[in-house]
Amino acid sequence: MKQAVLSFLRGGGSALPGYRLALGVTLLWTGFFIVLPLCALIIRPWQDGVGAMVAATHDTRMFAALWTSFSSAFLAAVLNVPLGLLLAWALVRGDLPGRKIADALIDLPLALPTAVSGITLATLYGPQGWLGAPLAKLGLVLAYSRTGIVLALMFVGLPFVVRTVEPVLKNLPRDMEEAAVLLGARPWQVVTRVVIAPLLPALVTGFGLAFARGVGEYGSVIFIAGNQPFKSEIAPLLIVVRLQEFDYAGATAIALILLLTSLLALVLVSLVRRRLSVWGEQR
Amino acid sequence: MSVQVEHLVRYAPGSTRRLLNDVSLNVPTGAFVALVGPSGAGKTTLLRAIAGLDTFEQGTLLLDGQTMGTMRDRARKIGFVFQNYALFPHMTVAKNISFGLDVLPRSERPSRSAIAARVQELLDLMQIPDAGASYPARLSGGQRQRVALARALATGPKLLLLDEPFGALDPIVRRSIRTWLKALHERLGLTTILVTHDQDEAVEIADRIVVMQHGQIVQDATPEELNRNPQTAFVMEFLGEAPSFNGIVQDGLMVPDEAGLLPFAVDASVPPGPVTAMLRPYEIQVCGPDERSAQEPVIPLVAEGARNGYRHYRAQLAERSVPFSIPDFTENTVEIQASGLLDISRARLFRDGERCG
Repeated sequence: MKQAVLSFLRGGGSALPGYRLALGVTLLWTGFFIVLPLCALIIRPWQDGVGAMVAATHDTRMFAALWTSFSSAFLAAVLNVPLGLLLAWALVRGDLPGRKIADALIDLPLALPTAVSGITLATLYGPQGWLGAPLAKLGLVLAYSRTGIVLALMFVGLPFVVRTVEPVLKNLPRDMEEAAVLLGARPWQVVTRVVIAPLLPALVTGFGLAFARGVGEYGSVIFIAGNQPFKSEIAPLLIVVRLQEFDYAGATAIALILLLTSLLALVLVSLVRRRLSVWGEQR
Repeated sequence: MSVQVEHLVRYAPGSTRRLLNDVSLNVPTGAFVALVGPSGAGKTTLLRAIAGLDTFEQGTLLLDGQTMGTMRDRARKIGFVFQNYALFPHMTVAKNISFGLDVLPRSERPSRSAIAARVQELLDLMQIPDAGASYPARLSGGQRQRVALARALATGPKLLLLDEPFGALDPIVRRSIRTWLKALHERLGLTTILVTHDQDEAVEIADRIVVMQHGQIVQDATPEELNRNPQTAFVMEFLGEAPSFNGIVQDGLMVPDEAGLLPFAVDASVPPGPVTAMLRPYEIQVCGPDERSAQEPVIPLVAEGARNGYRHYRAQLAERSVPFSIPDFTENTVEIQASGLLDISRARLFRDGERCG
């Protein structure tokens, strides 16, 4: 720390000009846009007193909503991993017609206003929807349940997996696969041992991003979730509900727990990723 | 394992351009053959066809006298070392080497301790006994090269195919790994085919050199034969620096076009007409201005220092300069004057790129 401060005052001793300016701007930027809001989020719940905070955490509906959010996000991210891998594979390796269009479409869930995707999904999978009606006849009810939530979260999370895996897959040398075949590996052994194994860190990163997005997702979920308390109510929705009830302590308590749990989950993801990519470290 | 290639033709994907144009090659068991040639000559294409990595449109390929259908038939019988080694970055060196054994079905797979022993044996053979636990990213180029070789040898192949394996190594490591590879080839009784664009490397390591150009084999001979009797001007030039001189053969005498070069007698079998004479810089000899008739104008000779046991000079012709060199023995060196005539009578003669005398 002391060294960092000293090096800042001395201009970093770097050959590049503008070290102090660049670092200053960066720190200010991150300070205003990331650290300050997060601090506010951490401090705000305690302003109404510890009692209100303790009371707010004794809310079983809140825990149900948090459980719904995290478990759905986890499930959606897990399901997105193989799906995203397949899609990335098709984009990189498959020589399919219309590949460029598909490539552009992948990012669409990120650009679409989440409410629009929510309404679209609800129309499609709702009891009277194009897909929902025939599926309901088969006994598969997708909308207004946990399944609906997972479905919506998969929709918004998929681009994260595809976009993290795609560049790594693209850079994977083909001769590695040829070498494996010449060494006697069967096709499935080539795929699992030589292709997927080096993709694991990217897959975990994609999983982490999709999961994080899923935990915070609001707009696309609420239209298809049904939003029944204790059943299919997600935490971000409960925050809005609490705010509408002017229960700021309750709302910020949920937000704080959401924040801390997400942080913990992301730290875990990054630990796993590091564990998986020890081989990439240079000397 | 012997390799027999007969009239192999491979087209560039989606075009009529021939990457391999009627290539025939016979490599007996135990031979060490180097495929040399400029980039795009088809060396790697031929090697990949032999390995079964690429298909070909016409011709036959026999390994030990048998046609090989699929890649699976060849798997484990051929060791292939890729240009950039193609090591599996996410596996340790030991896992990389044992890959060919690890993927065997359980019934054929050696026991875990047997695999570990085999890996250690190969690591010792490669002179990197302690590298087993590291990941490829932590190795130097020379070490990676050895790991790639160990991996290719782990399944006990009889045929070793090497695609420019020394390309990324520094000169000192290159030299040491070259001699070591040659020894390994003999010790394991392998048949080895090596692709390289470095003719010095090929000459040093291989018993036979196959020169390729435009998807065809131009000459297939021992290094000595190739040096003594290059079939085309391209081979002559490819094997090393070769100044060339245009001239005309008439009445059994080759008369160079440029001034400062002595005419010389040629074999009676050389038909009269224009020829190109090519020779190595150390085959050029110098005559002092006094020795021959004074009608020939002398040309300036510039000393360029001594290297590798030779003194190097440049002869200034009318429109260009050509290098030549003479052995540098301190007590017995011929003194070169500042001007003189060049004697190029030791040249090989080529007409339209083909040898004619």
